[in-house]
Amino acid sequence: MSDIKKLTTPLTEEAIKGLKAGDSVALSGVIYTARDKAHKRLVETLAEGKELPVELQNQLIYYVGPAPAKPGQPIGSCGPTTSSRMDSYAPVLMRQAGLKGMLGKGPRNQSVVDAMKECTAVYLAAIGGTGVSISHAVKKAEVIAYEELGTEAIRRLEVEDLPCIVAIDWEGNNLYQSGIEQYRED
Amino acid sequence: MKTISAQEITAAVRQLCMDVNYDLPADVEQALQNGLKREESPFGQYCLEQILQNCQMARESRQAMCQDTGIAVVYLEVGQEVHITDGSLADAVNEGVRQGYADGYLRKSVVMEPLFGRDNTGDNTPAVIHTEIVPGDQLRIMVVPKGGGSENMGAVKMLKPADGLEGAKKFILDTVRNAGGNPCPPIVVGIGVGGTMEKAPMLAKKALTREIGSRNENALYAELEEELLTEINKTGIGPQGLGGHVTALAVHIEYYPTHIAMLPVAVNINCHAARHKEVVL
Repeated sequence: MSDIKKLTTPLTEEAIKGLKAGDSVALSGVIYTARDKAHKRLVETLAEGKELPVELQNQLIYYVGPAPAKPGQPIGSCGPTTSSRMDSYAPVLMRQAGLKGMLGKGPRNQSVVDAMKECTAVYLAAIGGTGVSISHAVKKAEVIAYEELGTEAIRRLEVEDLPCIVAIDWEGNNLYQSGIEQYRED
Repeated sequence: MKTISAQEITAAVRQLCMDVNYDLPADVEQALQNGLKREESPFGQYCLEQILQNCQMARESRQAMCQDTGIAVVYLEVGQEVHITDGSLADAVNEGVRQGYADGYLRKSVVMEPLFGRDNTGDNTPAVIHTEIVPGDQLRIMVVPKGGGSENMGAVKMLKPADGLEGAKKFILDTVRNAGGNPCPPIVVGIGVGGTMEKAPMLAKKALTREIGSRNENALYAELEEELLTEINKTGIGPQGLGGHVTALAVHIEYYPTHIAMLPVAVNINCHAARHKEVVL
């Protein structure tokens, strides 16, 4: 595995172009959480020509529905959820709202990779099922939209050195394909 | 005749919901340790190390090991000589889930109705309850929190008898390959063969709760479990789907008699957090 690269939001094209599939990344700055239902609403809002409740230009969305925080903690367990459920929404957010980064787990479909290449965006993966250790990288969390959705509300997180891997880079290099090809024996 | 009150059941379920989400079963943890020893992919090793470390942290801090604390699947084996008093059994279980998920800071992931509103019920109820009447005067309660990422990757197919063993193997391996990195590998694969359209997935889910690596008593099925595990670990999917040799920790098959015209096969996939915990009242 590579040396750990520091990545800070908002994401610049220069920073994104410096990342290659397989790079280890320590992510810091402000990121926004959204998963199934929030994505549906965001994309519907764009289709209606209305303003989004969160500015996504050069920002990164983390696919997560956190567990409730225990007293004294900013957030509960908060590992990534399966990204492929957001595949039908992500290209719209990249093309129409300027989204530059996604953090989740698992493979993406070709339409997402195409939009990433077109918009110079990056897809990062965190390790699914490591929600407690990831929660230690979250310094602050607040709900900023869709509060009624509970765990699916949009949260603004301040993170420090959240550990992740570049799973698909802006050129479309895809660790989910190359990694499996490298080890398959059937 | 043994009398068990609804309150006792609620208290037991409440406790199980918390413990099961904080404390990974020892056999699953051991299987992850063994996986780490044989994994050659650096990403795979890193993932397994992080998963094991997280599991330790969750146990020590009594926090949910994964934010997806699941929909609560609750198995009840009710002795036919047990008398339940002071309330209904299902209500007692759901109240236990409600209390456990609230008091344990566990995520509420259940929506009331699947197609139109999908509004969150707010307390993780109702549970999916499977009740079986068995001989004796005990009540066995097992809680299995099932996460969405892995559950979504399962499948059931009504094969033709002519498809036979080869058809079943192909369906199982295709299902695992298609799941790829989505269900948080290394996975546990539960397989149900036979019965009817609904019986096969019931067997597959129950198979997930067997001790990791235990073998079916029927030697033919035990051999098939071994063979499928080897094949699945040749797919290259590896931990988290980033490539590697440790794609599955175990394959468990359960079978049931079926109709002359039928060959139902169900695959239920569990993520590496193969959580289940039980208590006997």
